Amino acid sequence: MSPQAPPSDHLARFAVSPARRRKDRFARIAIQIATLIALVPLLLIVYYLLSKGLSSWSTDFFTTDPTGNTFFKNSNIGGIKSALLGTIEMVAAASLIAVPVGIGVAVWLVEYGRTSWFAQTVRFFVDVLTGVPSIVFGLFIYIALIVGTGSSYAGYKGALALTLLMLPVVIRSAEVVLMLVPSGLRESALALGAPRWKVIFSIVIPTALPGMVTGVLLAIARAAGETAPLLFTAGATLKTNFNLSEYMNSLPVQIYSDVTSPTASVEQRAWGSALALVVMILLLNLVARLVSRRSRIA
Amino acid sequence: MTDPQTSRLVRDVDPESTPEQVPPVGDAAAATEAPTGASPNGAGRREPKTGFSVTLEGLRAFYGDAEQVKGIDLEFRANEVTAIIGPSGCGKSTMVRCINRMHEEIPGARAEGRVMLDDLNVYDPSVDVVSVRRAIGMVFQKPNPFPTMSIYDNVAAGLRLSQGRRGNLRPRVEAALRSAGLWSEVSDRLDEPGMGLSGGQQQRLCIARSLAVDPEVILMDEPCSALDPIATLKIEELIGELKERVTIVIVTHNMQQAARVADRTAFMLDGQLVEVGPTNEVFTTPSDPRTEEYVTGKFG
Repeated sequence: MSPQAPPSDHLARFAVSPARRRKDRFARIAIQIATLIALVPLLLIVYYLLSKGLSSWSTDFFTTDPTGNTFFKNSNIGGIKSALLGTIEMVAAASLIAVPVGIGVAVWLVEYGRTSWFAQTVRFFVDVLTGVPSIVFGLFIYIALIVGTGSSYAGYKGALALTLLMLPVVIRSAEVVLMLVPSGLRESALALGAPRWKVIFSIVIPTALPGMVTGVLLAIARAAGETAPLLFTAGATLKTNFNLSEYMNSLPVQIYSDVTSPTASVEQRAWGSALALVVMILLLNLVARLVSRRSRIA
Repeated sequence: MTDPQTSRLVRDVDPESTPEQVPPVGDAAAATEAPTGASPNGAGRREPKTGFSVTLEGLRAFYGDAEQVKGIDLEFRANEVTAIIGPSGCGKSTMVRCINRMHEEIPGARAEGRVMLDDLNVYDPSVDVVSVRRAIGMVFQKPNPFPTMSIYDNVAAGLRLSQGRRGNLRPRVEAALRSAGLWSEVSDRLDEPGMGLSGGQQQRLCIARSLAVDPEVILMDEPCSALDPIATLKIEELIGELKERVTIVIVTHNMQQAARVADRTAFMLDGQLVEVGPTNEVFTTPSDPRTEEYVTGKFG
């Protein structure tokens, strides 16, 4: 009951006061402005990528390896085939390890570990790993597998660095969706006389599957865009390579080296590669969205 | 302990070497309780079938250190409907969940005492908990069909999950859906998701799901509390039909429901059994003043 409301008019106490109207309008405008501010860099990035990168796209751009002739203005610098395929190979290899292991850890945490001290410890370290800067994973692999063994860069070492990067993301996202599966479903399956492993494989995982796929795709998208873990684990090379034990090119590393080139055409290629990388990740995100829309967990 | 009737519940019986000692339960039960009508090798036959009695002996249940069920002795007679009534938090659900050993699924929860399924203590260390749950079905408060599965697959789920059956389960699915009074409503859309049914239909689907594995006892934990009156009525009619084949224990908040469906009613208060008897006696001439206060609506 606002003090200025005339006591005779009993409707007045339900009326919105002008002061509250002003505050409401102010708050609405403020958050709209905040949203616009956040959109500005996003739109600029997309705009620059399209305007600068699209012109370098061509069939040759995707089907030829970089030539390395970057010193002369008119020499043929080649495309990004090796980088594109290298990224796909290393991310696929990383996913092959990180996805099953990560989902296994998540299932264990939710279905078996629950609140035990060991499970809590695992959760704590997974959280810590989520926050570790990606270059640290690269550094770890560099020290352990390159300095430690005295060997050279290799695709699989890059893939392992990406695996370490993906693991905590996969575990965390899978754990969250597994916990969303209503406990009533587990109980009714157990009450039917189903052994626990069958409950997990036939009820819990299928129910959580769309959400887990989303989490996995987001982890893949994250790994695909990382430069730091690959710089000194997989190296940079020109040739397309299907052997994971040799140097392997990747889109982020290619972009990194192209941007630092003084030749305009090479710099141009960096824009094209960046656009290709963004489109790749955008597609993965789109798929993730489509899959999560099929989620059956209310 | 390895009486043929209950021997399938004991883990160390080897089904490979002693198949004839582990007859299908429907026939085993019939052989014991109706010896004249039973044939020794009618493997494909599932009728007539009877329920098992369940007897609680000094049952105590704990959540961590908190004792929720404080020593209950109670018999649920075979092929009767026994209703458990009592105010919220009195331990009704906990007690019922002890019968099929679902209570121990909750972290930190444990139970003491004995639960006799016919002549087998389901808490005996040699008993396989999974087989106990096959023999004692459960219907929960909230209808919970498996969301990834069709109507058909929901009913078949128990057979596939607990008995590892493959192939054509359609006769058993149809029989279970008929028993649950749902067949006529879903026979033309068995492939549609179970979640697409109405709440009452979902609950009958859950009943069909638990019937499909041929249990001897069905526990119902407030099966109608999420349903409208018409759906409730259908479930209640169904309970009346099902007791021909199974023993039914139903937890309910609704005293009228207990009066409508139950042969016997047990009144619980604060983790203890106050009284049990024929339903009309418990409601009209209770022996304990607390029961009278509760059934006349003075508390709870």
